[in-house]
Amino acid sequence: VALSSDEVRHVAMLARLALTDDEIATLAPQLSEILAYAEQVGEVAAEDVPPTTHPFALRNVTRPDERRPSLPAAAVLAGAPAVEEDRFAVPRIVAEEA
Amino acid sequence: MDLTQRSATELADQLASLDVSAREVVDAHLDRIAALDGVVPDGEVWSAKAPDDLDERDVHAYLHVTAAAAREHAEEIDRRRVAGDELGPLAGVPLALKDVLTMQGAPTTCGSRILEGWVPPYDATVTERLRAADVVVLGKTNMDEFAMGSSTENSAYGPTRNPWDLGRVPGGSSGGSAAAVAGLLAPLAIGTDTGGSIRQPAALTGIVGAKPTYGTVSRYGLVAFASSLDQAGPFARTVEDAARLQTLVQGHDPRDATSVPRDVPDLLARLRDGVGGLRVGTVTELQGEGYEPGVEETFRRALERLERLGAEIVEVSLPHAGYGLPAYYLIAPSEASSNLARFDGVRYGLRVDAPTSEEMNAATRAAGFGPEVKRRVMIGTHALSSGYYDAYYLQASRVRTLIARDFEAAFEQADVLVSPTSPTVAFGLGTKTADPIAMYLNDVATVPASLAGIPALSLPAGTAAAPEAPGTSLPVGLQVMAPLLRDDLMYRVAWAFEQDLAFTPLPAGDAAVEVA
Repeated sequence: VALSSDEVRHVAMLARLALTDDEIATLAPQLSEILAYAEQVGEVAAEDVPPTTHPFALRNVTRPDERRPSLPAAAVLAGAPAVEEDRFAVPRIVAEEA
Repeated sequence: MDLTQRSATELADQLASLDVSAREVVDAHLDRIAALDGVVPDGEVWSAKAPDDLDERDVHAYLHVTAAAAREHAEEIDRRRVAGDELGPLAGVPLALKDVLTMQGAPTTCGSRILEGWVPPYDATVTERLRAADVVVLGKTNMDEFAMGSSTENSAYGPTRNPWDLGRVPGGSSGGSAAAVAGLLAPLAIGTDTGGSIRQPAALTGIVGAKPTYGTVSRYGLVAFASSLDQAGPFARTVEDAARLQTLVQGHDPRDATSVPRDVPDLLARLRDGVGGLRVGTVTELQGEGYEPGVEETFRRALERLERLGAEIVEVSLPHAGYGLPAYYLIAPSEASSNLARFDGVRYGLRVDAPTSEEMNAATRAAGFGPEVKRRVMIGTHALSSGYYDAYYLQASRVRTLIARDFEAAFEQADVLVSPTSPTVAFGLGTKTADPIAMYLNDVATVPASLAGIPALSLPAGTAAAPEAPGTSLPVGLQVMAPLLRDDLMYRVAWAFEQDLAFTPLPAGDAAVEVA
């Protein structure tokens, strides 16, 4: 299945990537080719085959519920692009009401 | 012999007998890095030259060289040794760390602009264990951006060159770590392997590189690409050195929920037991079409050698191996699209300002990620999106089960499996960058073991000419795969082969890597 430019634009929105028109034009045929190649996985493995995500099938990995020191806030915030009052600062999240 | 030519085991012996100090060993390597690697040797942390300033003689294995910290650490080890303190088995031996593992005191970039200048506030478990073992970290090595690639050409900081031929790639994504060890810029290195990112560069640079059993080396502090596949492991110029390095970093870690809470095997106890009586399986599906004639010929001679050493050669089939690459190129991008969501311009690295958070996120990611990362994030986002998950990620995870079952059946007929590590020898810089699928095919022989989680390593099997350049002599890797948690068996077979082959892992005939 070939992906249209509009479909690629939709995926870019989901992926939070502000792609240029040139990038969209390059990616549409590339993604189509890669997905066509990857779709071979549909030729084998019926629904009765369980999926694998870890060779040892670990379940419910827990640790003792104990208090442990965490990283100092200043050390963590030191790498952030913008900080205010010991917090990560970001631009407006909710649009202004019209 | 120059100190940079010695193996880690030889250096450890010389250090233990006070023939040489850790400071001298570190200085010998720093001198060579300053001369050959394309760094600006100023200040406490040396940085690589800007991509436009690098020239074609610079190996460019390192992004950052922690020169001052390495010297200080070496001196501390020397003092403790003189004082009679108990030190680790590789105390004072230098190491290069892939820039995807965090270490305090130097930037961690993952080869990406989006993390440029970020200095992590904590050490990865691997880094911590190396420090506890008194191994001296020389610096952070170049890599394909977020470990996505097979040539190190996807680094935002310029490509690493192969010490055997500076016009060729060192493989990837751990190409900086591999080139550091092959180019005598470190005796040891740590890389990470998701679909072949340790084994393929080891093959292309003529050294040893191992992907341990998934879950036996902690991923804590390893910036995630594909969490269900990522595994850190050793590079070295000898099999014993690699086994010793893996021994230092492996073992359960409660800070990694995927870490395997079981005993890992002793990798050294039976290292020298040989291959007599072992059944070594060749894989029908991992040869033939797509493999260069020189690679196939070298592999055939490797089988004769193993047979002569007393192994019984059997042929086995992994019927679903051909579906490994398609499954991998759904699973890895899917997990990457999720893992890389954290790079949003809020907590670390780059931010491109915009009026709203959503626009800022999208503008930052567009400016900070390179083309291959964008491509994979897009594939993964599509594959995980509503209506596609079952056909792509879930179906690929089912194929993964079939491949794991294939290996289980094969290991009833053979103790270990062997194949060429890479279908090609090192290829020219820029020759495969235009065609993503051609680049992905580099992983065809390494991806099956990744999907099954089994241990696999690459060691030199000899040299062959590149098909387009008949006069060349470039390394060919032999891949050895073993059952889950049988990393010991993998090293044992590799050691026997290495002793018999007597391969010289020193690239010759090029001024950039000539021994001083």
